[in-house]
Amino acid sequence: MTDAMIGLVALPLTGALATLLLPRSATAVAVGTGLATTVAAGLLLFGVATQGALHYEIGGWNAGLGIALRADGLSALLLMMTSLVVLAASVYASAYFSADSTRDRFWPLWLLLWTSLNALLLSGDLFNLYVTLELLGLSAVALAALGGKRAAVAAALRYLLVGLLGSMMFLAGVSLIYAGYGTLDLAMLRRVVEPGPIAWTALALMTTGLLLKTALFPLHFWLPPAHASAPAPVSAVLSALVVKAAFYLVLRLWLDVFANVVTPVAANLLGLLGASAVLWGSWRALQAERLKLLAAYSTVAQLGYLFLFFPLLLALPPGPTRDLAAGGLVMLALTHGFAKAGLFLAIGIIQQRCGHDTIRDLDGTAQHLPATTFAIALAGVALIGLPPSGAFLGKWQLLAGAVETGQWLWLLVTATGSLLATAYIFRVLGHAFGHRPYPNQPVTVAREEWPALLLAAMAALVLGLAGAPVWKLLEIGI
Amino acid sequence: MMTTQVLYGLTACVIVALGLRGALLHASLLQRVVAINVMGAGVFMLLIAVAYRGPGLPPDPLPHALVLTGIVVAVSATALALALARRLHAEQDND
Repeated sequence: MTDAMIGLVALPLTGALATLLLPRSATAVAVGTGLATTVAAGLLLFGVATQGALHYEIGGWNAGLGIALRADGLSALLLMMTSLVVLAASVYASAYFSADSTRDRFWPLWLLLWTSLNALLLSGDLFNLYVTLELLGLSAVALAALGGKRAAVAAALRYLLVGLLGSMMFLAGVSLIYAGYGTLDLAMLRRVVEPGPIAWTALALMTTGLLLKTALFPLHFWLPPAHASAPAPVSAVLSALVVKAAFYLVLRLWLDVFANVVTPVAANLLGLLGASAVLWGSWRALQAERLKLLAAYSTVAQLGYLFLFFPLLLALPPGPTRDLAAGGLVMLALTHGFAKAGLFLAIGIIQQRCGHDTIRDLDGTAQHLPATTFAIALAGVALIGLPPSGAFLGKWQLLAGAVETGQWLWLLVTATGSLLATAYIFRVLGHAFGHRPYPNQPVTVAREEWPALLLAAMAALVLGLAGAPVWKLLEIGI
Repeated sequence: MMTTQVLYGLTACVIVALGLRGALLHASLLQRVVAINVMGAGVFMLLIAVAYRGPGLPPDPLPHALVLTGIVVAVSATALALALARRLHAEQDND
């Protein structure tokens, strides 16, 4: 099964080079690479489920000198989500780009982004995490600038500078860790790290850098313009996966490696920032005039929910209740990944077919593009957190944890955020089902609508109805 | 001598702080790119100070390898920032 780990990094990397060398058959190469990588992710998930956490030292060099790849339940689940989302978005992208020049530049960067995502999720030491974070940031910025318009380039440049600042802060924290403990290997650090000025400063630096990259309020300012002006498949992956990669690292550091360093005060601070993100992001999404901006602000809000779990998890004693809450957190992250990717893909179809994405002028879209509208509605179900979506299970655990620990504030925030989400989703659907009839035949665009529909259905139905294995897999730690 | 290492470490922290201040406060794009590079130089210097193991002893090679990788990443990122800035500039001229 360690072959699957190597495949997850080597396949998309080879694919990226191949699409660069063979631009004429790039689409076929990319989709083929996507299928093979998804198979590797499936094998890895199966391997982790049956054999427990996996570990591989590249070239036989042991940790400290060489590069160690590791996979546990959490990383295997996120790798599976990454593969499914990128594969669906690849099929979509094969029909989306009309200009050859854009497509030629798109595929190598796209597969490079996938390589760095997979490598990040498999990395077992802090320095490789830094390198993969940078690779991820560089390919994401280049893809965000592909839109070519001035707004897209300006947003991408701001995205790059913020990302660089975040990486530098992360690296400063990493240097402090090496100065203090003489190792960067996560498994070794977990054993030796102890509360004290070095660990606190290093964790604060690394976390601030990562919060910039994961766009937690008030560090979210760069996200809406960058995500809203990128091409649709790029927006989907930026919102669903790229911000979540930085979040995965925060999770890994706070709840796993530095678990005995984190204090309740710090966790409450993260919770408060998350609460502000939920309220502010949802409010701005409600006011947005364009669909893509709505989706981007909704990402700010949905990331906020994930941070509400931190004070709960720190207050709960180890045991089944805490495991349930931790599973709820991952379930919410997975659901948002699928739902937001589906939503952005569907919005891209509307933008291409109707020539705009202004919410007020959506009248008749339900008749014009019925399948696309259905995908938006399904994704909306998951974003609000209605049953049977995975987000329902996640929010249920969030509320249960808040009641259990008596932290009522988070309960209030979750309820308000969900109401606001209902309002912004129904505002879109209200316009789409508007009274002005669409005179022509309905249009279906199968190669673009299927990926959007499947991703949205994954979030709204599959994760909610068949989500129990997520909790089982999370028991498999490194 | 231990104090040499501490001196280098503290200087590195000051450079990081200066770079961070510049990156946050400067309005001009080019100044911010330079400031982020200054901050990077500070982080690299911190890593080199960490590598010192005492007089006569060879330094720890691992931080040096990290600094080399870090420099490659910083140069590529700066190149991308400058390329995007040029593109933005060209677009502005067209308007």
